[in-house]
Amino acid sequence: MPKDTGIGASVTRTEDVRFTTGKGRYTDDFKCLGLHYAYFVRSPHAHATVTGIDKSAAEASEGVVAVYDGHQLTGDGVGNLICGWGITSKDGTPMKMGAWSALATNTVRYVGDAVVVVIADTLENAKDAAGKVEVSYSELPVVTDVAGAIAPGAPQIHPEAEGNQIYDWEIGDQAATDAALAGAARVVEMEITNNRLAPVAMEPRAAMAQYDAGTDHLTLHTTSQNPHVARLVLSAFYQIAPEHKLRVIAPDVGGGFGSKIYIYPEEIVCLWAARKAGVPVKWTADRSEAFLTDAHGRDHVSTAKMGFDADNKIVGFKVDTKANLGAYMSLFSSSVPTYLYATLLSGQYVIPNIHCNVQTYYTNTAPVDAYRGAGRPEACYLIERMMEKAAGELGVSPAELRRTNFIQQFPYQTPVIMAYDTGDFNATMDAAETAADVAGFAARRAASEAEGKKRGIGYSCYIEACGIAPSAAVGSLGAGVGLWESAEVRVNPVGSIEILTGSHSHGQGHETTFAQIVSDRFDLPLDQIKIVHGDTDTVQFGMGTYGSRSGAVGMSAIVKALDKVEAKVKKIAAHVLEASEDDLVIEGGAVKVQGTDKQMLWHEVGLSAYTAHNLPEGMEPGLKEGAFYDPTNFTFPAGTYICEVEVDPDTGVVNIESFVAADDFGQVINPLIVGGQVHGGIAQGVGQAMLENIVYDEDGQLQSGTFMDYTMPRADDLPSFQVSTHETFCPGNPLGIKGCGEAGAIGSPPALVNAVIDAIGKDIQMPVSPENVWKAINA
Amino acid sequence: MYDFEYVKPGSVADAVAALQSEEATAMSGGQSLLPTMKARLAQHETVVDLTGCLQDSIRVERDGDIFIGGGTRHAAVARDSVVPGWLADVAAHIGDPAVRNRGTIGGSLANNDPAACYPAVVLATGATITTNTRSIAADDYFQGMFTTALEEGEIITEVMFPTGVSEPGRVFNANYQKFVQPASRFALVGVCVAQTNEGVRVAVTGASEDGVFRWTDAEAALSANFSADAVPPAPPADGMLGDIHGTPEYRAHIIHVMTKRAVIAMG
Repeated sequence: MPKDTGIGASVTRTEDVRFTTGKGRYTDDFKCLGLHYAYFVRSPHAHATVTGIDKSAAEASEGVVAVYDGHQLTGDGVGNLICGWGITSKDGTPMKMGAWSALATNTVRYVGDAVVVVIADTLENAKDAAGKVEVSYSELPVVTDVAGAIAPGAPQIHPEAEGNQIYDWEIGDQAATDAALAGAARVVEMEITNNRLAPVAMEPRAAMAQYDAGTDHLTLHTTSQNPHVARLVLSAFYQIAPEHKLRVIAPDVGGGFGSKIYIYPEEIVCLWAARKAGVPVKWTADRSEAFLTDAHGRDHVSTAKMGFDADNKIVGFKVDTKANLGAYMSLFSSSVPTYLYATLLSGQYVIPNIHCNVQTYYTNTAPVDAYRGAGRPEACYLIERMMEKAAGELGVSPAELRRTNFIQQFPYQTPVIMAYDTGDFNATMDAAETAADVAGFAARRAASEAEGKKRGIGYSCYIEACGIAPSAAVGSLGAGVGLWESAEVRVNPVGSIEILTGSHSHGQGHETTFAQIVSDRFDLPLDQIKIVHGDTDTVQFGMGTYGSRSGAVGMSAIVKALDKVEAKVKKIAAHVLEASEDDLVIEGGAVKVQGTDKQMLWHEVGLSAYTAHNLPEGMEPGLKEGAFYDPTNFTFPAGTYICEVEVDPDTGVVNIESFVAADDFGQVINPLIVGGQVHGGIAQGVGQAMLENIVYDEDGQLQSGTFMDYTMPRADDLPSFQVSTHETFCPGNPLGIKGCGEAGAIGSPPALVNAVIDAIGKDIQMPVSPENVWKAINA
Repeated sequence: MYDFEYVKPGSVADAVAALQSEEATAMSGGQSLLPTMKARLAQHETVVDLTGCLQDSIRVERDGDIFIGGGTRHAAVARDSVVPGWLADVAAHIGDPAVRNRGTIGGSLANNDPAACYPAVVLATGATITTNTRSIAADDYFQGMFTTALEEGEIITEVMFPTGVSEPGRVFNANYQKFVQPASRFALVGVCVAQTNEGVRVAVTGASEDGVFRWTDAEAALSANFSADAVPPAPPADGMLGDIHGTPEYRAHIIHVMTKRAVIAMG
């Protein structure tokens, strides 16, 4: 049995008290003396040359202290935005990164591109003045999708990228894969699109920049998933200030889903403007700005061929993917359709030969970067749609085809870099099939048909790579940063504990989960433990939270630091109690000598460490230990999702009748929080599969730029999920954790789409909106 | 939001006076007006709040006609026991709780959003719209998207649904079927079918470039044979709205499906 507040306990989230009572403090809640407000003048055109900017009326407008343009920004030496993961094309050339100035200078490349910033005493005055800035444009031809970007005569979006191509990259053995497909008993082919999404965090992006002229020091409050990375990039690449002159605080953050990993133009401009104008500057995106400028996700078009032998074993998998990266290369955009995508194309299956070619393109749309799952949903969707299609063509059940090809021996080296450490794919499929009552499906289908409805069932057996990632490994693949994590454990003189973590919580529940591993280790109540994160002046360093890494990497760093603290605690107690360290146990708020009544209360140990009156010879005073943890491998959460739908053939409306998730996340610290992560992930996956869709018209105007047109999933769109976990412990980290943050979003879209295809007997692309389904039925 | 003056007259006459200025706009529940103002898509010098002078009440008079005050909120229509079920159901499914608790029948009809629910119901049932100056038959009132017979300074004070036994066009049953646009939850297509003493009336919202309209082919077919099988094939797609949620062809098809469902729902 888990301790009440230890590993395995479903502790309710301690942070939710402040979040649900309006006591959270988000960036926009912060104020300071003399605060001014920034408002951006943005391009209304998707592609145009800026022929003139007249700021005079705006500068004379009430309350305005400054109106700045891109020439002033670059003139002050502020660097262009960069992409931090270098990808090399198969011809050996580096990726073609077009210049991206935080304020556009001569060319605008998507609707929403920032051109001018107005700084005024109130937001209303800033908006009024922004309306008086006269920007003259000469419109240029526009492309919004890959097909347009590669078409002959397509407009050139960046001079650096001829033909709009950013890179042409490959992974795997092309010749061996071609040979395997040539020799296959059967080859299944498909064309597949992965639709573009908006991240839609509940809290929009925001930044507040303050400059202290006395110390020549800048402070930035911002909506970041990784404040130290923000400080590093702002310092090293954008020349905002050296790291010791810049403090980045990411306070409570209301959701990120990847979109708050990146450094955006707005925070750069706020920092620069705060110093230049001599006033503190705050900017908070409105929802329209969020839709226009938050980095979007997905947007792939692919063709795929999978070959099978006479026994229905996969012999080869060949994929050609074209990805739309938008108008500029966002911070990690290049890695998403490459190392976060194609390395997962083996799925849960033994596939001896894989080759994937990925070409990425600029278009006149918002930048595209990681969004919950980041590359892995695209891989999973491709494989799991393919398995279902292949099962149909091979005349076997989708479940049987998957079981025939499941990897059963671990570790397993795929042909595309990844080495899976553990897993039990049959176990999660068994659990899902039982929960979904697959045996009863035929009767349910018959009942639906009797009412004129079409019923379908769809599987998805996902695997993903989390815990990103061994620093040396990702460095060799082009990453510009290491991907370790750090922690510091401070035991205070009165025994309370502060954990300083480089992970960042923006909805994940770290303040509860992280405290549970401390509570478990030292048998202390949660209210004696505080998790500190999100401030570069407080926390030593950190790489932040994304890629489901906070458990597998962030908590591993905490465990390493706890090990050091425990060792020192035992040394002190052994010294004071005149006992052997081997005889000591920590329980019930004390360090006890087993088999005796001798003990030191926990706070007495802390006090001893800081009074230093009676420490072992040579021991330093204090009780504070730090650790850096660099993972040895990715982790590989996996599972089976089964979705059952009923389709109304008259309207095309899809009703999700049931959704089952059976996940292997390794060790689960807090089942309640893990279940919540799966629920949220599935909701976002259902969103992608059925509801959400970013649509630009041919002029590059965003057609789905408000909640009136961009369909977020709502409670009545979703069934009551049935979720369960089935652990195989990850051998690569001390807690055996694999990670759970993205699985729901990765695993669910193919299950839903496969179910719809099973119901209607026709192929369909996402989103399975009513009209798309109705058209498919009647095609 | 741009700066504006706010006035809340206590009488319709004062409201009319306040609306004389060209830069003034009327607001009832504000559920359509305020979002556009907040987004700076609309700028008005004066907002004239009509909730201080319009009745928020429902009464049954004569021999069963339903009179709904112009300032009556959707939530009140949804829960008032004198309101027939088919009308209460419509009100209960307009917008979200905030919209239902602030938005009014007069405001909805004056705005005449092409995807709003009330216009279809008012038109199908042959309701009468009463203003401070006259009464307007529903057939004369709706004149295209966001366009009505209302003149400057004219305010909807009451809407009468002809459910009384002596009404020549007495409505004795009706049903509204809304097929929602998934994001906004407005009607992608909404169809109201009404059985009256003078035959069946069918009105469609959400679908047409001309706003709410009567589907006369369906009216004729259903007047002759009130059954789902009698509903004609989908009307022509020409002139239907098209957007990312539904092409004209799809909307036309859904008109057919929703009309059938309304007939089935009416038993």
